Amino acid sequence: MRRVVVVGASLAAVHAVEGLRDNGFDGEVVLVGAEHHLPYDRPPLSKEALYHGPELERLLLKTPEWYAEKGIELRLGRRAEALDAGNKVVTLDNGQMLLYDGLVIATGSWTRTIGHADDVGPLQVLRTLDDCVALHERLRPGNHLVVFGAGFIGLEVAATAREMGLDVSVVELAPVPLSRVLGDEVGQWFRTYQQSHGVDLHCGAVIDAIEPSPGGTKVSLRDGSVLAADLVVAGVGVSPATEWLEGSAVNLSDGVVCSKSLRTSAPDVVAAGDVTRWYNALFNEEMRVEQWTNAVEQGRHAAMTLLGGNDAYAPVPYFWSDQFSAKMRFVGRANATDQLHLERTGDTSMVALFGRDGVVRGALCVNAPRQLVLYRKAILDQVPWGDVVKV
Amino acid sequence: MSMKVTVDLDACQGYACCMMEAPTVFDLDESAGQAILLQENPADDLRTQVEAAARACPSRAIVVENG
Repeated sequence: MRRVVVVGASLAAVHAVEGLRDNGFDGEVVLVGAEHHLPYDRPPLSKEALYHGPELERLLLKTPEWYAEKGIELRLGRRAEALDAGNKVVTLDNGQMLLYDGLVIATGSWTRTIGHADDVGPLQVLRTLDDCVALHERLRPGNHLVVFGAGFIGLEVAATAREMGLDVSVVELAPVPLSRVLGDEVGQWFRTYQQSHGVDLHCGAVIDAIEPSPGGTKVSLRDGSVLAADLVVAGVGVSPATEWLEGSAVNLSDGVVCSKSLRTSAPDVVAAGDVTRWYNALFNEEMRVEQWTNAVEQGRHAAMTLLGGNDAYAPVPYFWSDQFSAKMRFVGRANATDQLHLERTGDTSMVALFGRDGVVRGALCVNAPRQLVLYRKAILDQVPWGDVVKV
Repeated sequence: MSMKVTVDLDACQGYACCMMEAPTVFDLDESAGQAILLQENPADDLRTQVEAAARACPSRAIVVENG
């Protein structure tokens, strides 16, 4: 293998590149990214970078010198448009063709939005650094921000805007925020917590109309509420960025379908990060994980597989969300249909355990970091549910 | 070759990833919600764990140097 192309200038891509070099690959490495920026860190974009205004240098995952030292050829501001896996060629949006011996797919996600009247203009979304710059400039104290979607991004944006002195309303279709994944009890905790910080939450809310109004946008809900917004942000989720692979030999099914060791259906093509769907043996579950920690570990693992490794990738997923002073960290997996045990619940902290098939599978900790480490070990060791839940 | 580990406590947000990767090198102060460095110069057989901890830190608060 002489030449590896990595598509997507993402967190997973950077760790794939680093993994290639750390494991002795000294051939050519080409990194292709649709954005003009060097790969940067996204989690701060809804938190401190949104509050202060993003500074690219602080957000860069690696310095420009690092890419030079590692001998990485950068093709930034270029989108991959097609893959010919038979001839091992990636075609870029300027028509340029890149030949590869090995390919890493790490194109991440694109942000969904929702339909509305054409004359409202596009709704603000938050995925990229440029989105964050634009949103930061528009968050003015005293203004009214309406956020569509009470997922983690929506709730983080709401918290940040509140801390910046805006009035904030959040509109969510589900009766309780986060309930689809974390269940009603945990979701209710976040609802109460956000409300205690002055966020106006509309749950079980159906949007009837989004229309222009003088100086802003009028949002009408089915229950008769009318929200006069200076600014509307849509935080309604993301989808895997796999359009460029349609029609190629890479199998797709809500993401890139991979083996246990992250190989795709095409020879010498692996995938890492948000796009990757694979079977995680530890949880006996096919999963696709849109989380920071997974991108780091999966990028590195995919690189080792590309270099001939065959180890199964079976991590304990980890993610976090910071809202006001609640530092929520989660290990493992959860689903609203899991068994739930609230081990601790208070105004500013919580420990919730999730179980299925007789074992502990997930733990959510708010302001309780040591508990997190304890339960991660229990998940890895597949400790019986009855042993972690003391009746 | 030994190594020197430092943790930037201004950056640390208590993600606990360091303690998950290298529990004999990092602990957590539950009340402060921050990492505690247990060994500044861990033995070389901990290098893989310590480097994994540095990579896993979402705040990029951990620096591992030779020395």
